[in-house]
Amino acid sequence: MTAAQPVTAPASQDHVRVSRSRHRLVPVLAGLASLGVLVVFGALPYIVFSGTTNLLVNVFILMAMATMWNLLAGYAGLVSVGQQAFIGLGAYFVLILAMHGTNPFLALPLAAVGCGVIGLPVWWIVSRLRSGYFAIATWVVASVCEALIIRFPSLGGGTGAPLPGLGSLEPTLLTAYTYWVSLAVLVVVLAAAYLILRSRVGLVLTAIRDDEIGARSVGARVWRARQFVFVVAAIGCGAAGGLLIISQLNVQPTSAFAVQWSAEMIFVTIIGGIGTIEGPILGTILFFVLQENLSSYGAWYLIVLGLVAIAVAIWARRGLWGLIADRWNIRVFPVGYYLWLEGQGRPSLRRPLRGAPSGGPPAGNLPAGNQPPGNLPAGGSGAAEAAGAADPADG
Amino acid sequence: MSWVNAIIQGILIGGLYALFACGLSLMFGVMKVINLAHGDLAVVAGYLAVGVIAVTHIPAVWSFILVVPIFAVAGYVLQRTLIQASLNRGVLTTLLVTFGLSVVIENALLQFSSANSHSLGIGHLVSDSFSIGPQISIAYLLVAIFVVAVVVLLGLQYFLSLSRHGRLIRAVADDREAAQLSGVDYRHIFGIAAGIAFATVALAGIAWGMVSAFAPTTGTDTLLLFAFEAVVIGGLGSLWGTLAGGIILGVAQQIGAQINSADQFLAGQLVFLLLLVIRPQGLTGQQSTT
Amino acid sequence: MSSPDQPAADQVKERTGTPLLEVRALTAHHGQLRALTDVSLSVFPGDVYAIIGANGAGKSTLLRTIAGLHRPTTGSILLDGADVTGQRPERRLAAGIAMVPEGRRLFGSLTVEENLQVGSSYARPGPWNIERVYELFSWMRDRRGQRAAQLSGGEQQSVAIGRALVANPRVLLLDELSLGLAPLIVRRIYGTLPGLLAAGVTVLLVEQDVSQALRVATRIHCLLEGATTLEGPPEGVSPQRIESAYFGLAGVAGVAGPGGGSPPHQEPPS
Repeated sequence: MTAAQPVTAPASQDHVRVSRSRHRLVPVLAGLASLGVLVVFGALPYIVFSGTTNLLVNVFILMAMATMWNLLAGYAGLVSVGQQAFIGLGAYFVLILAMHGTNPFLALPLAAVGCGVIGLPVWWIVSRLRSGYFAIATWVVASVCEALIIRFPSLGGGTGAPLPGLGSLEPTLLTAYTYWVSLAVLVVVLAAAYLILRSRVGLVLTAIRDDEIGARSVGARVWRARQFVFVVAAIGCGAAGGLLIISQLNVQPTSAFAVQWSAEMIFVTIIGGIGTIEGPILGTILFFVLQENLSSYGAWYLIVLGLVAIAVAIWARRGLWGLIADRWNIRVFPVGYYLWLEGQGRPSLRRPLRGAPSGGPPAGNLPAGNQPPGNLPAGGSGAAEAAGAADPADG
Repeated sequence: MSWVNAIIQGILIGGLYALFACGLSLMFGVMKVINLAHGDLAVVAGYLAVGVIAVTHIPAVWSFILVVPIFAVAGYVLQRTLIQASLNRGVLTTLLVTFGLSVVIENALLQFSSANSHSLGIGHLVSDSFSIGPQISIAYLLVAIFVVAVVVLLGLQYFLSLSRHGRLIRAVADDREAAQLSGVDYRHIFGIAAGIAFATVALAGIAWGMVSAFAPTTGTDTLLLFAFEAVVIGGLGSLWGTLAGGIILGVAQQIGAQINSADQFLAGQLVFLLLLVIRPQGLTGQQSTT
Repeated sequence: MSSPDQPAADQVKERTGTPLLEVRALTAHHGQLRALTDVSLSVFPGDVYAIIGANGAGKSTLLRTIAGLHRPTTGSILLDGADVTGQRPERRLAAGIAMVPEGRRLFGSLTVEENLQVGSSYARPGPWNIERVYELFSWMRDRRGQRAAQLSGGEQQSVAIGRALVANPRVLLLDELSLGLAPLIVRRIYGTLPGLLAAGVTVLLVEQDVSQALRVATRIHCLLEGATTLEGPPEGVSPQRIESAYFGLAGVAGVAGPGGGSPPHQEPPS
């Protein structure tokens, strides 16, 4: 005795297939393409002038920061406006190590890890708070870090200090090394973000992003996942801070710990598209294109950026990449799943519904909640297109 | 005995901090909006006062007569438009929008003014003081500001408790949907609450301009954190809690200054972090702060 | 109105004229989940119209949509012939629809009297005011200075009803009055219903306790997974018929329910 069946589930589990990409060849092609891009970028110091590579260093740094912030806010639901704490700490860790004789380039990974270690007690403090209070707490933490660093005259106090240890390098070589190291950091950061989102943790994060209470109720270890992301973001931002001091060859507390960093990474991510890996990349590119063209306008760029970010946050929440991905249905980083119903050559793509749909579930799709068991990874959502470019969690 | 002096100073300045904080507390209590641009609004009020004084040549102490109503209206409008639009999209969006506003305001101030600090010159009133005994010297200005702050808080308390709109504000804060079912247009009520919050922060900003100085970044460097610290220490939902929080913050800072003048603000921030950890709902708040 | 299985047809009186409240082909979603499918009903003045159904059947969604808290996907809601589908809840109160929401939803930090005062802030003209609510619930006057959060469940329910009443609605929506209350209290609260009707208020209520609903209703409407399975006057509807409509049991009336051949029982309040 069953109730009237509202929808028809597929007749047999055997007729459903799950894959990561639209076509078998896609991962191979994508891998080759990524390698090609990497080779091109790697060769740039031999091709272009140092002005360009220096600019690209700044691009890579911001892109790495934005990717980290996107993981925090777009997936883990943690809106931090205090990442500059780790940026500054990363820079100062490199400074401290360099002052004790370590090559700054070698000090960089150590500094990043050091920031990750600091991230643990910081997480313990701020994790008790939610949304707005969490944000304020991260801001206060950054402010406290700055205030503490300033008290050490050996680190330059309030005026900052130069970075020792790189003076012996020839300038063009220094520029090239700095460029390659920052490219490497960016690749590692992007790869880390990509792998995390494809992993079990990524599934938990996506679940949290979509419905935190629901995620908890199926046993997802929310606190742990968030802690993991927070520490990863601390490491990432610490590396970015290390890159900063290396590229600038000096550090000043007010600029290393400036809230402007948070402003930039937040705005860039929102405009590019929060909740996607491609978004921060696109946003950073856009930012630098604009900055190069509007550089004569001084602080205006932050004003314009801020206003655009506000507008995007309210009216185009999925950002630029969200608009592109929806329009042309493309994903560069496949972190979601495609569901194939047997008998249909192309996957049944469910377009994210905006507002109320006109009728029942779109034909050919499985309705939410009716999952064919066994085919899908534990805890995953079986919708035709998961993760990728969906909306970030609200609060 | 300079400790006693410091404590008294702390209490008096605490009144000002409470005035900063009550707008923040109101906006969160009613609309669940954490306005990250709150401190910057105070700075804008200060700049506006400077401009008003330059144009109308009224004495600085009376500048609030023009600035506060302007801010009240601006608050209502901003709430009905931008902030309501963000609220409809969720908590994340609202946080990001207020953060964006904060950055935009600061950089706009930097663009149009300079990075220099300003203050509202009120002449000899700043330093006029009276003495109690040989070591305690209290500035009239500080006492005046404290009195104003307490009066405003009292007035706000009365408004919320006894007036019809105060009742509607409390109802909407308790349960927005139930208020709608009783015929209340909650967006209008939100607007009123925002107008009140903006008015109080404008008053606080002007007072701050008399006691101290403000620069484009003072909003986020200093004022926002003070306001939050007062709210968190004192607890949400109670104006008297906010007053207590402001006073505690002021006293903590003055004691910190007695120990080491460079650590004045750090002391306050550490107390804030400590309280955030052990008792996020503050002295008077209920368990849930979200 | 037609229903899938018409109870004894000769007992159904055709209801004519303009209904006070009419719902036409209402479909509503919660995100991608369809909560209501093509639901229609008509409430006439003086009705006690009861909507019954299991958890998740869409009863509260229906009421919330009528009250304006939920936007329907398609369909319309008419009050006295006028389309109110696009109106915000505040406007609907002014038009004459007041709801007592599920779970009471009083303003906890306000006193009893303040709750009623808020309710009367945008009241329509009519016989109901705070004084009359105090007459209806005799205990309330002495406790009017008490904070609403400190009241018991039954007391809160009374205040919630009073808060909706003072707005002088034409149609009073009651959502799950019995939720979380002892049966005795529930009966006492439902006992006030005749007083409301006598004063000209029409009632549309949602109730999970079917026996309670049947005791007061002049018309019942059963929902199952968002669709109508039964609609009509309660007289002459067999318990088996209700049970099959409630649970969606396929088959002819008289087929045994989960209890086998034993006398069917009604769904106990949850």
